[in-house]
Amino acid sequence: MAEIQFQNLWKKYGKVAAIKDLTLNIRDGEFLVLLGPSGCGKTTTLRALAGLETLDRGRILIGGRDVTSLPPGRRGIAMVFQSYAVFPHMRVYDNIVFGLRMRHVGDAEQRRRAEEVAELLQISPLLGRYPAQLSGGQRQRVAVARAIVMEPDVLLMDEPLSNLDALLRLHMRAELKRLHRELRSTTVYVTHDQTEALSLGDRIAVMKDGEIVQCASPTEIYDRPASRFVGGFIGTPPMNFLEGVLRRSNGSVAVETSGGAIPLAGVGGAAVDGSVIVGIRPEHIEVLAQPQTGSLPAEIVVAEPAGPTQLLTVQAGPQILKVTVPSDLPVQPGSQVWLRLNPARIRLMDPSTGAALAAR
Amino acid sequence: MAVAEAELEAIRPPVRVNWTPYLLVLPTLFFLGLFFIYPMTQAIWLGITDPQSGAFTWAHFQRMSADLYFRDAIRFTLIITALAVPLQVLLGLAVALLVNSRFRGHSAFLYLTALPIGISDLAAGLIWLSIFTERGYLNAALQGLGFIQNPLIFLTYENRDWLLTAIVLTEVWRATAIVMVILLAGLQLIPRDYVETAGVFGAGRWQTLRHVILPLLRPSLQTALIIRTILAFQLFGTVVTLAGRQIPVLAGEAYFWYSIYRSPNVASAYAVLILLFSGTITWLYLRLLRIKEEEIKA
Amino acid sequence: MRLRSLAIYSAALAISAWVALPLVLIAIAAFTPRDILYQWPRPFWPEKFTLDTIRFFLRSTGVWQSTLNSVFVAGLTIVLAFAIAAPAGYAVARFRFRGRDALQLAILTTKMFPATVLSIPLAVAFIRWRLYDTLLGVAIVHTALSIPFVTVIVTSVFIGISYELEEAAMTLGSSRLQAFFRVTLPMALPGLAASAIFTFVLSWNEVFASTILTLNNRTLPALIIDSVLGQGAPLHFRFAGGFFMIVPALIIIFLIRRYLLTLWGVTVR
Repeated sequence: MAEIQFQNLWKKYGKVAAIKDLTLNIRDGEFLVLLGPSGCGKTTTLRALAGLETLDRGRILIGGRDVTSLPPGRRGIAMVFQSYAVFPHMRVYDNIVFGLRMRHVGDAEQRRRAEEVAELLQISPLLGRYPAQLSGGQRQRVAVARAIVMEPDVLLMDEPLSNLDALLRLHMRAELKRLHRELRSTTVYVTHDQTEALSLGDRIAVMKDGEIVQCASPTEIYDRPASRFVGGFIGTPPMNFLEGVLRRSNGSVAVETSGGAIPLAGVGGAAVDGSVIVGIRPEHIEVLAQPQTGSLPAEIVVAEPAGPTQLLTVQAGPQILKVTVPSDLPVQPGSQVWLRLNPARIRLMDPSTGAALAAR
Repeated sequence: MAVAEAELEAIRPPVRVNWTPYLLVLPTLFFLGLFFIYPMTQAIWLGITDPQSGAFTWAHFQRMSADLYFRDAIRFTLIITALAVPLQVLLGLAVALLVNSRFRGHSAFLYLTALPIGISDLAAGLIWLSIFTERGYLNAALQGLGFIQNPLIFLTYENRDWLLTAIVLTEVWRATAIVMVILLAGLQLIPRDYVETAGVFGAGRWQTLRHVILPLLRPSLQTALIIRTILAFQLFGTVVTLAGRQIPVLAGEAYFWYSIYRSPNVASAYAVLILLFSGTITWLYLRLLRIKEEEIKA
Repeated sequence: MRLRSLAIYSAALAISAWVALPLVLIAIAAFTPRDILYQWPRPFWPEKFTLDTIRFFLRSTGVWQSTLNSVFVAGLTIVLAFAIAAPAGYAVARFRFRGRDALQLAILTTKMFPATVLSIPLAVAFIRWRLYDTLLGVAIVHTALSIPFVTVIVTSVFIGISYELEEAAMTLGSSRLQAFFRVTLPMALPGLAASAIFTFVLSWNEVFASTILTLNNRTLPALIIDSVLGQGAPLHFRFAGGFFMIVPALIIIFLIRRYLLTLWGVTVR
């Protein structure tokens, strides 16, 4: 069993805390993504799990075993580095079996496992070559092969796709997903790319300033972000935010903004009258040629074609919003339109804390 | 407050065991202390102390400055340095620019011009001796071309100017290689973009050289100038081979006072003088070619 | 365009000739028979080349012994310089510690201190410490002179080898030491070897300190200085000596040329 437990981890560099009281449980076989902007502590957390960084406080358990004081080689982990760290003075084959050699695995067994893994990653013809003779993508696969040949309890990956070009990245994402399905090893994956996170993770732990702000499935994170930060970080283009005041009248609830009133689907629990932030994703805004009740007037500033859709930048009063519309919708920059926000997809947030309100 | 990922990158090599680096560095510190700092202070001490009584005295410096060869030694050392160093730098720059233009065969050219790195000042002196000596190759060439009948005597006491020329020529021939390598390394650090941008904005080749390349080359130029000037101040083998004591130089005088006149004290006085010259010149270079931090960061 | 190409190639040719010619000449001189060297009119090319001049040089008193001395000193210098400076270079490359910048600055400033300033007081001290006129003494001074080079080179070699490679090895089960020996060191070896060889050339060529610090156990440059300053040595001895001194150095420089330039920061394309 290779479930992972982080218990109250703390890591400081001087006065600055890179990891603040981080607690997380990762299930056996789960693909967990640590996602966040530069400096949020995700890489530090991964390296702490690997044993490459020391913790000031807290414990890490792998499979129920306390590994906090163990060196990297004895934690049952294997790691793929962002730069791949493929040993340049050894052939691909020797790179792959390096870890097996360190554990004194027999030659025959080494060969068997290496060939199996090379087959899995489609690098069998490259076994005799040196890393300098390989492309970036091939080297990356060697790094992955070297890690999974160890049959580790936990597989760690530090932004393994960020140095690849866009097309290769797309391809490798699917490869990694396929691999995970086959191997079913617990994987902890660090990235700053939210598309990768959404596509790969069973769960995503969004981090900011050394803390986890939300840890949930991709759908949950996308549809119900826990804070303004998460809503704005996930999704391309990012979520729009409008300021307004929540008002109830005659049994219906609406948010009054400078452009008009936005009706809401209903209000659950703790929503109190007062100022709120309306979060709405670009694809959940409809563009109308004629005004409708509950629609906001806006002017189209820029229209960017994006293949199957168009990305519109619109000015609604003092706010600038991004709206995604089908590409065949006729739009004219400079023209006046009306925006209808899908009430079912609105997410309300507290203006001071940024936290999502339970209302909907 | 978060630590930027970039800073993390810099802190990566873990300062896990705090005293390992200090242990590793200790032998060097100890060695340098014993064989650099100690001799330096010793040199000064020897220069100002009476060998018998141990009392403070200016006698050695006085003896040094009263010596027959003293004035000439300073004069000639300065002349040689003042002539050789600028020539080396100009020639070194020219070669570096040539190599950087990547003409066909530039690698072979680079290796050839870098060869003199392996030649000592003594060997260089002997090589050019074979050229300048009375029955040497220069005279052979002149005679073969019909310019002269009898050999010209270049390396003679009467012909101080020729002696100096021969010395400067040899030193330039030998030491340009190091300057070239330093400047070439600096040139290669200048991104092509800067040169191309200058071209797009209408700068001709010379203008680009003057306004874009040379300013960006300042750190390398500074390094090369400092190293070569300090080494020019201690020129010994070349001078002795070509001119014996006809052209006194500071390092040579230090040698003679130590070995022949058996006075380590006066020799130390000369050593201290060389040290002072080196220090002053370095300070001057650093001031004149003051590199501002902001200029370097791209 | 054409004109520019022409200018570049002519300049390159001229400079190449300027560098190569004296080397060719000394090589010819070393193999020219004695009488031709002293002849007038003086031919460039002797009718017959001979090994006599070189033989005369090698058989002269003290030459062979001093050559061996030079080799010994150079070898000892390499060992000492690496034993002392390489760990420091590694420490500067891999660790962040207080005083790191000061140390680098200090090492750079030692480059400024000429052999002349060191040799004379050390000669006096060596007499007291019983190191005067010993090859060990010379090696010590040569080591001091090469420490700035070795530290800087070792530092840049190890900086060029990403620490992540050691970390990767550690995640695959090796200890810190194993990771160093199996991953970092093999990669550093070419650069380290080249700088060791360069240290050899440095020591082999060093003149002033070896002249001051030895009396009877002369190294080759010291011996030749004696022959030049004293009345003893005839011209053909000096020419052969010059040639003999540069040959090993040039061969070495040629063999490690790629690494040498990379070590100084030049990218060879």
